[in-house]
Amino acid sequence: MIDRRLVTNFDWTLIGIVSAICILGVLNIYSATVSYTPGSTPYYIKQINWMLFGLFVSIIVASLDYHILEDFSYWFYGFLILLLLCVLLVGKRSLGATRWLNLGLFSVQPSELMKIVIIVTFARYFNNYHTVGGLSFKDMLFPLGLLILPVIMIMKQPDLGTATLVILIAFAMSFYIGFRWSTIFTFIFVTIPLFWFTWSVYMKPYQKNRVLDFINPERSRLGSGYHIIQSKIAVGSGGFWGKGYVKGTQSQLRFLPEQHTDFAFSVFAEEWGFFGTLVLILLYLSLILWGLNIARRCNDRLGGLLAVGVTAMLFWHTVINIGMVIGLFPVVGVPLPFFSYGGTSMLTSMVAVGILQSISMRRFMF
Amino acid sequence: MIKKQRYVRELVQPRQRTIMLSVIVTTLFALLVMRLWYLQIIRVDDYRTMSENNRLRFLPVAASRGALMDREGTVLVNNRPSFSLSMIPQEVKNIDETMDRLSRLLMLDRTELAERWEKSKKRARYYPVVLATNISREQVEIIEENRLRLPGIEISVKPIREYSFQNSAAHLLGYIAEISDKELESKNYANYNLGDYIGKNGIEKTWEHELHGNDGGRQLEVDSRGRVLRLLAENKPTVGNSLILTIDSRLQRSAEAAFGEKAGAAVVMDVRNGEVIAFVSNPTFDPSLFAGRISPDIWKGYLEDKRHPLENKALSGQYPPGSTYKMLVALAGLESGVIEETTTSYCNGEYVMGSSKFRCWNRSGHGTVNLRKSLKESCDVYYYQLGEKLGVDRIAAMARRFHLGSELGIGLHNEKKGLIPTVAWKVKRFGKKWFPGETLPVAIGQGYVLMTPIQLVSMMATVANEGTVYRPHLVKKVVDPDGRILKEFGPEILGYTGISQESFKKVKQGLFAVVNDAGGTGANARLWDVKVAGKTGTSQVVKLGKDRKKAVMYQHMDHGLFVAFAPFDKPEIAVAVVVEHGGGGGAVAAPIAGKILRTYFDLQKPPPNPARTDSLNKKELEDTTEYESNRHEEAENPKNTESSSIQGEDD
Repeated sequence: MIDRRLVTNFDWTLIGIVSAICILGVLNIYSATVSYTPGSTPYYIKQINWMLFGLFVSIIVASLDYHILEDFSYWFYGFLILLLLCVLLVGKRSLGATRWLNLGLFSVQPSELMKIVIIVTFARYFNNYHTVGGLSFKDMLFPLGLLILPVIMIMKQPDLGTATLVILIAFAMSFYIGFRWSTIFTFIFVTIPLFWFTWSVYMKPYQKNRVLDFINPERSRLGSGYHIIQSKIAVGSGGFWGKGYVKGTQSQLRFLPEQHTDFAFSVFAEEWGFFGTLVLILLYLSLILWGLNIARRCNDRLGGLLAVGVTAMLFWHTVINIGMVIGLFPVVGVPLPFFSYGGTSMLTSMVAVGILQSISMRRFMF
Repeated sequence: MIKKQRYVRELVQPRQRTIMLSVIVTTLFALLVMRLWYLQIIRVDDYRTMSENNRLRFLPVAASRGALMDREGTVLVNNRPSFSLSMIPQEVKNIDETMDRLSRLLMLDRTELAERWEKSKKRARYYPVVLATNISREQVEIIEENRLRLPGIEISVKPIREYSFQNSAAHLLGYIAEISDKELESKNYANYNLGDYIGKNGIEKTWEHELHGNDGGRQLEVDSRGRVLRLLAENKPTVGNSLILTIDSRLQRSAEAAFGEKAGAAVVMDVRNGEVIAFVSNPTFDPSLFAGRISPDIWKGYLEDKRHPLENKALSGQYPPGSTYKMLVALAGLESGVIEETTTSYCNGEYVMGSSKFRCWNRSGHGTVNLRKSLKESCDVYYYQLGEKLGVDRIAAMARRFHLGSELGIGLHNEKKGLIPTVAWKVKRFGKKWFPGETLPVAIGQGYVLMTPIQLVSMMATVANEGTVYRPHLVKKVVDPDGRILKEFGPEILGYTGISQESFKKVKQGLFAVVNDAGGTGANARLWDVKVAGKTGTSQVVKLGKDRKKAVMYQHMDHGLFVAFAPFDKPEIAVAVVVEHGGGGGAVAAPIAGKILRTYFDLQKPPPNPARTDSLNKKELEDTTEYESNRHEEAENPKNTESSSIQGEDD
């Protein structure tokens, strides 16, 4: 069953980069949660457990031939749509949004799984769909339908961040197949009037306000703008060498919101300075470029599509999260892969790495 | 040939595109690095100063809740200041010691302080944690005297409810209390914080979002020791909107007084538009107790009182309507042609159906009875016969035309549906078929039939106005703090019964006889100057057998009911009175209805003065704004208080 070539072709670069980020992440979570009251298990220990479990899952995924994903893709898709429907009907509410589904033993966040499933679904679709000279607008109608259904359901939860990510991932994969210029223009001509119509006819003033706050957080100095100001102070006051490990005042005095999850990067930036953030960003950059390299080396259309999709997922998470904490992008609850505390994010990211590994190991087989 | 070309293009193009993607990715990452360079290298001095010397702090300022006023503009509920004790964790060196000291000085429960601290622990350390609410002025003075020894402890002032007429209309108005953990998690209270007060019941709950107003806040810049340097931004709290209710407070209080110690409910409704003018559930409770810590004795007293003071009887109490239901059965008979006005029955005190005997309340019998007499003397046998001919489903169909058996949508929580039995209902509920013998008790409003006092008054009002079912409503206007009307609520028609006016006229003649003819059961509600029509009802709680006169336990005594409308020729209001375990309706409920009607018509004589509404309203609102501006000054001149607390720390 397990081919010897698979073992010799094991992608150590990939696993090396991921492990390096994970270890920095655990160190950072330790620092971010020192000031928390000692509860049951410390966060950094839990994160180590998630990381090890994630690696295990990733190896299992890697050992499977990714072509089986193609066979099951529409089944996955249908099942996920069903789960999303369940969330809307009987979901668990937390922090004002309903995202979790309680399955008795544990809870799952179907919107998180949807990211992987949309990659698999799109890969299958484009693998079997051939066009000459790039995708026309008509070619995009079916994939758009596949995309819009889950996006609407995720927005209903409401989870704007995940919905945006799902769209961006799907966009990256379509871009990889290639658009015609005419398709791009048609999109622009359809979406702009649609936005305008929604804005001026459908939305109520308070909803408009919320969107404006979202785009420009500093509009509301007392709401989310406050978090961004604090995060920028944390990052900026780090300077070149940082304040030193477990010595960040912004984080230790808990001026930062959710400092072990979405704002973990600010804690790191405060304590390790520009030097530290540069190292971390270079690690992420090499991970993404390596992922694209795997896609390039792969001789199989499906493999290329999957690798691009999975890499796009990691890329968008990274850019949106870091962009948010340094005040470039709107505030959306998007975690930094392998770095923010959280089991779901760790597992999804590790499954992504597993898929990349599976493609990389089999590059000589097709 | 073509096929091969296609293949090559397909595979090669995406491959080349990975190079393009790599360039895009690298560019975006470069952008992030540039931004980090800008923040961490170029602006480092600015941000370092901000992080080392400055702290931003956010202080919430509670909004004043809107007032509740009656239809004349009399203020029923308004606000007064209440003091609460809070702690800013980052300024307290030893939290345990501070809490020990507080519990000793103020005689507060140490474990409760610890509990509240435990709940808020995870929040930012500059954010004040509320340790005790509604503390007394004496306790405030003790804190002020010991300021130096209690750094980081603050007294904040929040407006709380003040009730102009204490217990009056408590069930209708509802009460406010601290938001619970469960409510904090719910979507409905997404913008609320621990320690906020919200409406828990009645109008206060239904209209929470209108009344609450917007809490404000101040963003302050403080130095590393907590001294306020300057005010960065301020969101002023906005006072909540006020409600003008349909209730007339004078009628309300007079109705409550008419009940005295008796338990029960009374509802008065305008038959022309559905406005509820009085809404009584007796005995009442003191709504102000719920805003603070309720003393266990009082709480126990409320719970153990067999008259159940906390229960909203007018809305959630479901009673067999008894003989008041006969007007509806009579209408069903007239409309279906089963009886005419002149149809007679003979009553010898009982009615035999199969092997069962159904007794009339009058054992000696009423003799020959026509429609008018059947209502006037409330003859049961007449309705047994009519009910048997109609069948239970035809009675139920008539009840549904009056929108009985479902909520009327008065806009308060926990409104009950009542119960209108049908053949299908029994099969669904018990899995058994309907026996014809079960129809007979239904025809006199016993058996399975249940109605709430709100439904009783709505039924009476619909008979009085001859066919229109209005949704009973409690709020006339929503008024903003400047007195501008934001919303106004007119009559809302739920439906029309579609019954002919002749049928209504015939039944109403009978109801007139109940109160005004010799031998009528409702003579106790008669007025000398206004023509009143009505119907008595006595609903059995348990079967008492032959010795009904004997002393029985309170819980087993009958409920007395009376519904009425007046004036007879041009109806204005309908009244429903239920006296729980009071005995016969004509004896206990009719006198209360009479007193309510008397007060109503007395109040109509002097014309109401609309000018009162505005003047009172404005005065109340001025008080709160003046009070807030005082607080504002305090924040801008913090030196007086803050510097002294710093000295304390240096000791």
